[in-house]
Amino acid sequence: MLRPDARPDRRALTAFAWLWVGLPLAYGLYELVRKATQLFTG
Amino acid sequence: MTTPPLAPPGWSRWLVPPAALSVHLSIGQAYAWSVFKPPLESALGLSGTQSALPFQLGIVMLGLSAAFGGTLVERNGPRWAMTVALCCFSSGFLLAALGAVTEQYWLIVFGYGFVGGIGLGIGYISPVSTLIKWFPDRPGMATGIAIMGFGGGALIASPWSSQMLASFGTDSGGIALAFLVHGVTYAVFMTLGVLLVRVPAGAVAEAGERGASAGERGAVPAGPQVSARQALRTPQFWLLWLVLCMNVTAGIGILEKAAPMITDFFADTPTPVSVPAAAGFVALLSAANMAGRLGWSSTSDLIGRKNVYRLYLGVGALMYLLIAQFGDASKPLFICCALVILSFYGGGFATVPAYLKDLFGTYEVGAIHGRLLTAWSTAGVLGPLIVNHVADSQEAAGKSGPGLYGLSFTVMIGLLLVGFAANELIRPVHARHHHAPAGAGPAPVPAPGKEPDAAPRRKA
Repeated sequence: MLRPDARPDRRALTAFAWLWVGLPLAYGLYELVRKATQLFTG
Repeated sequence: MTTPPLAPPGWSRWLVPPAALSVHLSIGQAYAWSVFKPPLESALGLSGTQSALPFQLGIVMLGLSAAFGGTLVERNGPRWAMTVALCCFSSGFLLAALGAVTEQYWLIVFGYGFVGGIGLGIGYISPVSTLIKWFPDRPGMATGIAIMGFGGGALIASPWSSQMLASFGTDSGGIALAFLVHGVTYAVFMTLGVLLVRVPAGAVAEAGERGASAGERGAVPAGPQVSARQALRTPQFWLLWLVLCMNVTAGIGILEKAAPMITDFFADTPTPVSVPAAAGFVALLSAANMAGRLGWSSTSDLIGRKNVYRLYLGVGALMYLLIAQFGDASKPLFICCALVILSFYGGGFATVPAYLKDLFGTYEVGAIHGRLLTAWSTAGVLGPLIVNHVADSQEAAGKSGPGLYGLSFTVMIGLLLVGFAANELIRPVHARHHHAPAGAGPAPVPAPGKEPDAAPRRKA
Protein backbone atom coordinates (compact mmCIF):
# COMPACT_ATOMS: atom_id res chain seq x y z
CA MET A 1 0.00 0.00 0.00
CA LEU A 2 1.27 3.49 -0.89
CA ARG A 3 2.15 5.80 1.96
CA PRO A 4 -0.02 8.94 1.99
CA ASP A 5 3.04 11.12 1.33
CA ALA A 6 4.36 8.86 -1.48
CA ARG A 7 4.98 10.71 -4.71
CA PRO A 8 4.11 9.13 -8.07
CA ASP A 9 7.03 7.86 -10.15
CA ARG A 10 7.14 9.99 -13.30
CA ARG A 11 10.27 8.52 -14.86
CA ALA A 12 8.31 6.80 -17.66
CA LEU A 13 6.44 10.02 -18.47
CA THR A 14 9.71 11.97 -18.48
CA ALA A 15 11.35 9.44 -20.81
CA PHE A 16 8.32 9.54 -23.14
CA ALA A 17 8.30 13.35 -23.20
CA TRP A 18 12.01 13.55 -24.07
CA LEU A 19 11.62 10.88 -26.77
CA TRP A 20 8.65 12.80 -28.21
CA VAL A 21 10.83 15.81 -28.86
CA GLY A 22 14.17 14.01 -29.16
CA LEU A 23 13.32 11.72 -32.06
CA PRO A 24 12.26 14.46 -34.53
CA LEU A 25 15.27 16.53 -33.43
CA ALA A 26 17.58 13.56 -34.06
CA TYR A 27 16.06 13.20 -37.55
CA GLY A 28 16.72 16.91 -38.21
CA LEU A 29 20.29 16.63 -36.96
CA TYR A 30 20.91 13.52 -39.08
CA GLU A 31 19.74 15.37 -42.21
CA LEU A 32 21.88 18.36 -41.20
CA VAL A 33 25.02 16.26 -40.80
CA ARG A 34 24.38 14.61 -44.19
CA LYS A 35 24.21 18.03 -45.80
CA ALA A 36 27.11 19.52 -43.86
CA THR A 37 29.48 16.77 -44.99
CA GLN A 38 29.11 18.17 -48.53
CA LEU A 39 31.41 20.98 -47.40
CA PHE A 40 34.26 18.48 -47.18
CA THR A 41 33.25 16.15 -50.02
CA GLY A 42 31.50 18.47 -52.50
CA MET B 1 -7.65 35.40 -15.06
CA THR B 2 -6.97 31.82 -16.19
CA THR B 3 -5.78 29.54 -13.40
CA PRO B 4 -2.16 28.59 -14.05
CA PRO B 5 -1.55 24.82 -14.24
CA LEU B 6 0.03 24.36 -10.82
CA ALA B 7 2.51 21.49 -10.42
CA PRO B 8 1.38 18.78 -8.00
CA PRO B 9 3.86 17.68 -5.32
CA GLY B 10 6.68 15.62 -6.84
CA TRP B 11 6.23 17.01 -10.37
CA SER B 12 9.62 16.73 -12.10
CA ARG B 13 11.01 19.99 -13.46
CA TRP B 14 12.60 17.93 -16.26
CA LEU B 15 9.12 17.56 -17.76
CA VAL B 16 8.99 21.29 -18.50
CA PRO B 17 11.85 21.53 -21.08
CA PRO B 18 10.24 18.91 -23.39
CA ALA B 19 6.95 20.81 -23.04
CA ALA B 20 8.75 23.97 -24.16
CA LEU B 21 10.61 22.10 -26.91
CA SER B 22 7.39 20.69 -28.37
CA VAL B 23 6.27 24.27 -28.99
CA HIS B 24 9.61 25.72 -30.13
CA LEU B 25 10.48 22.78 -32.42
CA SER B 26 7.10 23.35 -34.10
CA ILE B 27 7.14 27.11 -34.53
CA GLY B 28 10.79 26.96 -35.66
CA GLN B 29 9.32 25.63 -38.91
CA ALA B 30 8.99 29.28 -39.94
CA TYR B 31 12.67 29.34 -40.95
CA ALA B 32 12.00 26.50 -43.41
CA TRP B 33 9.36 28.47 -45.34
CA SER B 34 11.76 28.73 -48.29
CA VAL B 35 10.96 25.07 -49.10
CA PHE B 36 7.46 26.18 -50.19
CA LYS B 37 8.62 29.16 -52.25
CA PRO B 38 9.53 27.51 -55.58
CA PRO B 39 6.39 25.29 -55.72
CA LEU B 40 4.16 28.26 -54.86
CA GLU B 41 5.86 30.40 -57.50
CA SER B 42 5.29 27.81 -60.23
CA ALA B 43 1.79 26.73 -59.11
CA LEU B 44 0.33 30.21 -58.56
CA GLY B 45 2.54 32.27 -60.88
CA LEU B 46 4.14 34.33 -58.12
CA SER B 47 7.37 36.33 -58.06
CA GLY B 48 10.10 35.64 -55.51
CA THR B 49 9.10 38.73 -53.54
CA GLN B 50 5.45 37.66 -53.45
CA SER B 51 6.22 34.12 -52.32
CA ALA B 52 8.28 35.50 -49.39
CA LEU B 53 5.28 37.49 -48.09
CA PRO B 54 3.81 34.82 -45.75
CA PHE B 55 7.19 34.41 -44.01
CA GLN B 56 7.81 38.15 -43.77
CA LEU B 57 4.35 38.84 -42.36
CA GLY B 58 4.84 35.91 -39.97
CA ILE B 59 8.06 37.41 -38.59
CA VAL B 60 6.44 40.86 -38.25
CA MET B 61 3.51 39.26 -36.38
CA LEU B 62 5.97 37.30 -34.22
CA GLY B 63 7.53 40.56 -33.03
CA LEU B 64 4.19 42.34 -32.58
CA SER B 65 2.39 39.52 -30.78
CA ALA B 66 5.38 38.85 -28.50
CA ALA B 67 5.60 42.56 -27.67
CA PHE B 68 1.88 43.18 -27.14
CA GLY B 69 0.83 39.70 -25.95
CA GLY B 70 3.55 39.27 -23.32
CA THR B 71 1.48 40.69 -20.48
CA LEU B 72 -1.44 38.39 -21.37
CA VAL B 73 0.94 35.43 -21.35
CA GLU B 74 2.16 36.40 -17.87
CA ARG B 75 -1.38 36.89 -16.62
CA ASN B 76 -2.93 33.73 -18.05
CA GLY B 77 -0.03 31.34 -17.69
CA PRO B 78 1.95 29.06 -20.01
CA ARG B 79 -0.84 26.56 -20.75
CA TRP B 80 -3.10 29.31 -22.05
CA ALA B 81 -0.23 30.70 -24.12
CA MET B 82 0.70 27.31 -25.56
CA THR B 83 -2.95 26.64 -26.42
CA VAL B 84 -3.20 29.98 -28.24
CA ALA B 85 0.08 29.22 -30.04
CA LEU B 86 -1.16 25.76 -31.04
CA CYS B 87 -4.52 27.05 -32.31
CA CYS B 88 -3.02 29.96 -34.25
CA PHE B 89 -0.03 28.12 -35.71
CA SER B 90 -2.04 25.07 -36.79
CA SER B 91 -5.06 26.96 -38.06
CA GLY B 92 -2.65 29.18 -40.00
CA PHE B 93 -1.56 26.09 -41.92
CA LEU B 94 -5.18 24.97 -42.40
CA LEU B 95 -6.13 28.39 -43.81
CA ALA B 96 -3.06 28.25 -46.05
CA ALA B 97 -4.21 24.80 -47.27
CA LEU B 98 -7.60 26.28 -48.12
CA GLY B 99 -5.86 29.15 -49.90
CA ALA B 100 -3.71 26.75 -51.92
CA VAL B 101 -6.55 24.46 -52.97
CA THR B 102 -8.73 27.42 -54.04
CA GLU B 103 -5.67 29.23 -55.49
CA GLN B 104 -6.40 32.30 -53.35
CA TYR B 105 -2.91 33.47 -52.46
CA TRP B 106 -4.12 36.20 -50.12
CA LEU B 107 -5.55 33.45 -47.90
CA ILE B 108 -2.14 31.78 -47.68
CA VAL B 109 -0.57 35.12 -46.70
CA PHE B 110 -3.31 35.80 -44.14
CA GLY B 111 -3.36 32.25 -42.77
CA TYR B 112 0.33 31.43 -42.51
CA GLY B 113 1.58 34.99 -42.07
CA PHE B 114 -1.02 36.74 -39.91
CA VAL B 115 -2.78 33.96 -37.95
CA GLY B 116 0.25 31.65 -37.86
CA GLY B 117 2.51 34.62 -37.00
CA ILE B 118 0.51 35.29 -33.83
CA GLY B 119 1.18 31.64 -32.91
CA LEU B 120 4.89 32.22 -33.49
CA GLY B 121 5.09 35.21 -31.14
CA ILE B 122 2.94 33.81 -28.33
CA GLY B 123 4.57 30.38 -28.68
CA TYR B 124 8.08 31.85 -28.59
CA ILE B 125 7.60 33.54 -25.22
CA SER B 126 5.15 31.01 -23.75
CA PRO B 127 7.63 28.79 -21.84
CA VAL B 128 10.35 31.35 -21.01
CA SER B 129 9.01 32.68 -17.73
CA THR B 130 7.98 29.20 -16.52
CA LEU B 131 11.38 27.67 -17.32
CA ILE B 132 13.18 30.42 -15.43
CA LYS B 133 10.94 29.77 -12.41
CA TRP B 134 11.61 26.01 -12.54
CA PHE B 135 15.36 26.42 -12.99
CA PRO B 136 16.39 29.40 -10.81
CA ASP B 137 19.83 27.79 -10.49
CA ARG B 138 20.31 27.30 -14.26
CA PRO B 139 18.09 29.84 -16.08
CA GLY B 140 20.51 30.13 -19.00
CA MET B 141 20.54 26.40 -19.64
CA ALA B 142 16.75 26.10 -19.29
CA THR B 143 15.89 28.87 -21.74
CA GLY B 144 18.77 27.70 -23.95
CA ILE B 145 17.06 24.31 -24.38
CA ALA B 146 13.80 25.93 -25.45
CA ILE B 147 15.30 28.54 -27.75
CA MET B 148 17.60 25.91 -29.27
CA GLY B 149 14.34 24.24 -30.29
CA PHE B 150 13.42 27.25 -32.42
CA GLY B 151 16.64 26.69 -34.39
CA GLY B 152 16.02 22.94 -34.46
CA GLY B 153 12.52 23.37 -35.86
CA ALA B 154 13.83 24.39 -39.25
CA LEU B 155 16.26 21.46 -39.31
CA ILE B 156 13.32 19.09 -38.94
CA ALA B 157 10.85 20.92 -41.18
CA SER B 158 13.18 21.55 -44.10
CA PRO B 159 13.81 17.90 -45.13
CA TRP B 160 10.36 16.80 -43.92
CA SER B 161 8.49 19.41 -45.98
CA SER B 162 10.69 18.71 -49.02
CA GLN B 163 9.92 15.00 -48.86
CA MET B 164 6.22 15.72 -48.44
CA LEU B 165 6.14 17.98 -51.50
CA ALA B 166 8.03 15.33 -53.47
CA SER B 167 5.34 12.79 -52.51
CA PHE B 168 2.22 14.95 -52.89
CA GLY B 169 3.37 16.93 -55.91
CA THR B 170 4.17 20.61 -56.31
CA ASP B 171 0.89 21.69 -57.91
CA SER B 172 -1.66 23.64 -55.85
CA GLY B 173 -3.37 20.40 -54.70
CA GLY B 174 -0.08 18.90 -53.50
CA ILE B 175 0.90 22.10 -51.69
CA ALA B 176 -2.55 22.24 -50.04
CA LEU B 177 -2.23 18.66 -48.84
CA ALA B 178 1.26 19.39 -47.47
CA PHE B 179 -0.08 22.43 -45.56
CA LEU B 180 -2.93 20.31 -44.20
CA VAL B 181 -0.59 17.58 -42.93
CA HIS B 182 1.68 20.23 -41.38
CA GLY B 183 -1.26 21.84 -39.55
CA VAL B 184 -2.58 18.56 -38.15
CA THR B 185 0.86 17.15 -37.23
CA TYR B 186 2.00 20.31 -35.46
CA ALA B 187 -1.30 20.45 -33.52
CA VAL B 188 -0.71 16.91 -32.24
CA PHE B 189 2.97 17.56 -31.53
CA MET B 190 2.33 20.78 -29.59
CA THR B 191 -0.39 19.15 -27.52
CA LEU B 192 2.34 17.54 -25.41
CA GLY B 193 3.48 20.98 -24.32
CA VAL B 194 -0.06 22.07 -23.44
CA LEU B 195 -0.63 18.93 -21.36
CA LEU B 196 2.76 18.82 -19.62
CA VAL B 197 3.51 22.42 -18.75
CA ARG B 198 3.14 23.28 -15.06
CA VAL B 199 3.91 26.35 -12.98
CA PRO B 200 5.97 25.68 -9.83
CA ALA B 201 4.01 26.17 -6.61
CA GLY B 202 6.20 29.12 -5.53
CA ALA B 203 5.24 31.05 -8.65
CA VAL B 204 1.68 31.37 -7.35
CA ALA B 205 3.04 34.08 -5.11
CA GLU B 206 3.67 36.20 -8.18
CA ALA B 207 0.27 35.38 -9.65
CA GLY B 208 -1.14 36.46 -6.31
CA GLU B 209 0.63 39.76 -6.64
CA ARG B 210 -1.24 40.30 -9.87
CA GLY B 211 -4.69 39.77 -8.52
CA ALA B 212 -5.24 36.38 -6.89
CA SER B 213 -6.71 36.29 -3.42
CA ALA B 214 -4.46 36.97 -0.45
CA GLY B 215 -4.88 33.40 0.70
CA GLU B 216 -3.18 32.12 -2.43
CA ARG B 217 -0.08 34.20 -1.82
CA GLY B 218 3.09 32.52 -0.73
CA ALA B 219 6.61 33.80 -0.25
CA VAL B 220 7.60 36.93 -2.17
CA PRO B 221 10.27 36.06 -4.79
CA ALA B 222 13.80 37.11 -3.89
CA GLY B 223 15.76 39.82 -5.73
CA PRO B 224 14.59 42.87 -7.68
CA GLN B 225 11.18 42.50 -9.32
CA VAL B 226 10.25 44.97 -12.06
CA SER B 227 6.98 45.08 -14.02
CA ALA B 228 7.03 45.06 -17.83
CA ARG B 229 5.60 48.59 -17.98
CA GLN B 230 8.25 49.88 -15.58
CA ALA B 231 11.06 47.99 -17.35
CA LEU B 232 10.50 50.10 -20.47
CA ARG B 233 11.35 53.19 -18.39
CA THR B 234 14.76 51.87 -17.37
CA PRO B 235 17.99 52.48 -19.32
CA GLN B 236 18.88 48.82 -18.72
CA PHE B 237 16.04 47.63 -20.99
CA TRP B 238 17.10 49.87 -23.87
CA LEU B 239 20.80 49.09 -23.44
CA LEU B 240 19.99 45.38 -23.59
CA TRP B 241 17.73 46.06 -26.59
CA LEU B 242 20.77 47.62 -28.31
CA VAL B 243 23.01 44.71 -27.28
CA LEU B 244 20.59 42.15 -28.76
CA CYS B 245 19.98 44.20 -31.90
CA MET B 246 23.73 44.59 -32.59
CA ASN B 247 24.50 40.93 -31.89
CA VAL B 248 21.68 39.70 -34.14
CA THR B 249 22.60 42.14 -36.93
CA ALA B 250 26.19 40.87 -36.86
CA GLY B 251 25.03 37.25 -37.09
CA ILE B 252 22.67 38.01 -39.96
CA GLY B 253 25.66 39.68 -41.68
CA ILE B 254 27.09 36.18 -42.20
CA LEU B 255 23.82 34.22 -42.46
CA GLU B 256 22.31 36.39 -45.18
CA LYS B 257 25.07 35.79 -47.71
CA ALA B 258 26.81 32.69 -46.39
CA ALA B 259 26.77 30.62 -49.58
CA PRO B 260 27.85 33.35 -52.05
CA MET B 261 30.34 34.68 -49.50
CA ILE B 262 32.37 31.48 -49.15
CA THR B 263 32.23 30.99 -52.93
CA ASP B 264 33.47 34.54 -53.60
CA PHE B 265 36.23 34.34 -50.97
CA PHE B 266 37.86 31.29 -52.56
CA ALA B 267 36.89 31.77 -56.22
CA ASP B 268 40.45 32.70 -57.32
CA THR B 269 42.27 30.18 -55.15
CA PRO B 270 43.53 26.67 -56.08
CA THR B 271 40.65 25.22 -53.99
CA PRO B 272 37.41 26.98 -55.06
CA VAL B 273 34.18 26.13 -53.22
CA SER B 274 31.54 24.23 -55.24
CA VAL B 275 27.78 24.86 -54.94
CA PRO B 276 27.14 21.65 -52.89
CA ALA B 277 30.07 22.51 -50.61
CA ALA B 278 28.62 26.02 -50.08
CA ALA B 279 25.28 24.39 -49.13
CA GLY B 280 27.21 22.22 -46.66
CA PHE B 281 28.76 25.38 -45.20
CA VAL B 282 25.28 26.88 -44.68
CA ALA B 283 24.17 23.67 -42.93
CA LEU B 284 27.22 23.78 -40.68
CA LEU B 285 26.36 27.37 -39.76
CA SER B 286 22.87 26.21 -38.72
CA ALA B 287 24.48 23.60 -36.47
CA ALA B 288 26.72 26.26 -34.88
CA ASN B 289 23.70 28.54 -34.38
CA MET B 290 21.83 25.75 -32.59
CA ALA B 291 24.79 24.56 -30.53
CA GLY B 292 25.51 28.13 -29.45
CA ARG B 293 21.96 28.50 -28.13
CA LEU B 294 22.41 25.69 -25.65
CA GLY B 295 26.17 25.85 -25.09
CA TRP B 296 26.70 29.57 -24.54
CA SER B 297 23.52 30.16 -22.55
CA SER B 298 24.50 27.27 -20.24
CA THR B 299 27.98 28.80 -19.94
CA SER B 300 26.36 32.06 -18.85
CA ASP B 301 25.10 30.25 -15.73
CA LEU B 302 28.75 29.70 -14.80
CA ILE B 303 30.50 32.92 -15.89
CA GLY B 304 27.63 35.41 -15.64
CA ARG B 305 25.46 37.11 -18.21
CA LYS B 306 27.50 40.27 -18.66
CA ASN B 307 30.70 38.29 -19.24
CA VAL B 308 29.13 36.03 -21.83
CA TYR B 309 27.88 39.06 -23.80
CA ARG B 310 31.42 40.51 -23.58
CA LEU B 311 32.47 37.30 -25.32
CA TYR B 312 29.72 37.47 -27.98
CA LEU B 313 30.42 41.09 -28.83
CA GLY B 314 34.17 41.41 -28.22
CA VAL B 315 35.34 38.07 -29.62
CA GLY B 316 32.67 38.37 -32.33
CA ALA B 317 34.28 41.63 -33.50
CA LEU B 318 37.69 39.91 -33.44
CA MET B 319 36.35 37.04 -35.56
CA TYR B 320 35.04 39.51 -38.16
CA LEU B 321 38.45 41.22 -38.15
CA LEU B 322 40.22 37.89 -38.73
CA ILE B 323 37.91 37.04 -41.66
CA ALA B 324 38.41 40.51 -43.16
CA GLN B 325 42.22 40.38 -42.84
CA PHE B 326 43.13 36.73 -43.40
CA GLY B 327 39.88 34.98 -44.43
CA ASP B 328 40.87 34.41 -48.06
CA ALA B 329 44.26 32.96 -47.06
CA SER B 330 42.87 29.99 -45.16
CA LYS B 331 39.62 28.12 -45.65
CA PRO B 332 39.68 26.50 -42.17
CA LEU B 333 40.20 29.93 -40.59
CA PHE B 334 37.29 31.41 -42.55
CA ILE B 335 35.00 28.51 -41.61
CA CYS B 336 36.02 28.50 -37.93
CA CYS B 337 35.50 32.27 -37.55
CA ALA B 338 32.08 32.09 -39.26
CA LEU B 339 31.04 29.19 -37.02
CA VAL B 340 32.07 31.09 -33.89
CA ILE B 341 30.12 34.18 -35.03
CA LEU B 342 27.01 32.06 -35.67
CA SER B 343 27.32 30.33 -32.31
CA PHE B 344 27.40 33.78 -30.70
CA TYR B 345 24.34 34.78 -32.75
CA GLY B 346 22.38 31.82 -31.35
CA GLY B 347 23.83 32.30 -27.88
CA GLY B 348 22.68 35.93 -27.84
CA PHE B 349 19.06 34.89 -28.40
CA ALA B 350 19.15 32.14 -25.79
CA THR B 351 20.95 34.05 -23.03
CA VAL B 352 18.82 37.17 -23.12
CA PRO B 353 15.87 35.80 -21.04
CA ALA B 354 18.28 34.91 -18.21
CA TYR B 355 19.91 38.37 -18.47
CA LEU B 356 16.43 39.91 -18.19
CA LYS B 357 15.72 37.74 -15.17
CA ASP B 358 18.96 38.94 -13.51
CA LEU B 359 18.03 42.57 -14.13
CA PHE B 360 14.25 42.62 -13.73
CA GLY B 361 13.43 39.46 -11.75
CA THR B 362 10.90 36.78 -12.65
CA TYR B 363 7.80 38.91 -11.94
CA GLU B 364 6.99 39.70 -15.60
CA VAL B 365 10.11 38.43 -17.34
CA GLY B 366 8.10 36.81 -20.15
CA ALA B 367 6.36 40.07 -20.99
CA ILE B 368 9.65 42.00 -20.86
CA HIS B 369 11.23 39.38 -23.13
CA GLY B 370 8.37 39.82 -25.58
CA ARG B 371 8.98 43.56 -25.75
CA LEU B 372 12.73 43.04 -26.17
CA LEU B 373 12.14 40.87 -29.23
CA THR B 374 11.39 44.04 -31.21
CA ALA B 375 15.21 44.27 -31.32
CA TRP B 376 15.16 41.05 -33.34
CA SER B 377 12.62 42.45 -35.79
CA THR B 378 14.75 45.59 -36.20
CA ALA B 379 17.92 43.54 -36.74
CA GLY B 380 16.05 41.35 -39.22
CA VAL B 381 15.60 44.42 -41.41
CA LEU B 382 18.93 46.13 -40.60
CA GLY B 383 21.27 43.14 -41.13
CA PRO B 384 20.25 42.10 -44.65
CA LEU B 385 19.90 45.77 -45.65
CA ILE B 386 23.52 46.56 -44.70
CA VAL B 387 25.06 43.41 -46.18
CA ASN B 388 23.11 43.45 -49.45
CA HIS B 389 23.44 47.21 -49.98
CA VAL B 390 27.18 47.21 -49.31
CA ALA B 391 27.80 44.12 -51.48
CA ASP B 392 25.79 45.64 -54.36
CA SER B 393 27.61 48.99 -54.12
CA GLN B 394 31.03 47.26 -54.00
CA GLU B 395 30.12 45.19 -57.04
CA ALA B 396 29.04 48.35 -58.86
CA ALA B 397 32.42 49.85 -57.95
CA GLY B 398 34.10 46.97 -59.80
CA LYS B 399 35.24 44.96 -56.79
CA SER B 400 35.12 41.18 -56.66
CA GLY B 401 35.93 38.24 -54.37
CA PRO B 402 36.61 39.12 -50.73
CA GLY B 403 36.64 42.82 -51.69
CA LEU B 404 32.84 42.69 -51.98
CA TYR B 405 32.50 42.15 -48.23
CA GLY B 406 35.32 44.18 -46.67
CA LEU B 407 33.17 47.22 -45.96
CA SER B 408 30.31 45.07 -44.60
CA PHE B 409 32.69 43.45 -42.15
CA THR B 410 33.98 46.84 -41.02
CA VAL B 411 30.37 47.96 -40.40
CA MET B 412 29.67 44.74 -38.47
CA ILE B 413 32.77 45.26 -36.29
CA GLY B 414 31.55 48.79 -35.55
CA LEU B 415 28.07 47.56 -34.63
CA LEU B 416 29.51 44.87 -32.34
CA LEU B 417 31.65 47.48 -30.58
CA VAL B 418 28.55 49.65 -30.07
CA GLY B 419 26.85 46.59 -28.52
CA PHE B 420 29.94 45.93 -26.39
CA ALA B 421 29.84 49.49 -25.03
CA ALA B 422 26.09 49.20 -24.33
CA ASN B 423 26.69 45.98 -22.39
CA GLU B 424 29.38 47.69 -20.32
CA LEU B 425 26.91 50.42 -19.37
CA ILE B 426 24.35 47.97 -17.94
CA ARG B 427 24.05 48.29 -14.16
CA PRO B 428 21.50 46.86 -11.70
CA VAL B 429 18.05 48.44 -11.97
CA HIS B 430 17.50 51.24 -9.45
CA ALA B 431 15.18 50.44 -6.55
CA ARG B 432 12.68 53.12 -7.61
CA HIS B 433 11.72 50.86 -10.54
CA HIS B 434 11.20 47.79 -8.35
CA HIS B 435 7.73 46.39 -7.95
CA ALA B 436 6.72 46.72 -4.30
CA PRO B 437 4.33 43.96 -3.14
CA ALA B 438 1.16 45.10 -1.40
CA GLY B 439 1.90 45.84 2.24
CA ALA B 440 5.65 45.62 1.79
CA GLY B 441 8.03 48.45 2.59
CA PRO B 442 10.19 50.25 0.04
CA ALA B 443 12.48 48.03 -2.06
CA PRO B 444 16.10 47.92 -0.89
CA VAL B 445 18.58 50.04 -2.80
CA PRO B 446 21.25 47.87 -4.47
CA ALA B 447 24.86 48.23 -3.39
CA PRO B 448 26.69 50.72 -5.63
CA GLY B 449 28.81 49.13 -8.35
CA LYS B 450 27.24 45.69 -8.03
CA GLU B 451 26.80 44.37 -11.55
CA PRO B 452 25.07 41.36 -13.06
CA ASP B 453 28.39 40.02 -14.31
CA ALA B 454 29.22 37.83 -11.37
CA ALA B 455 28.29 34.19 -11.87
CA PRO B 456 25.19 33.46 -9.81
CA ARG B 457 25.53 30.87 -7.09
CA ARG B 458 24.15 27.51 -8.10
CA LYS B 459 22.11 25.23 -5.96
CA ALA B 460 23.78 21.93 -5.18
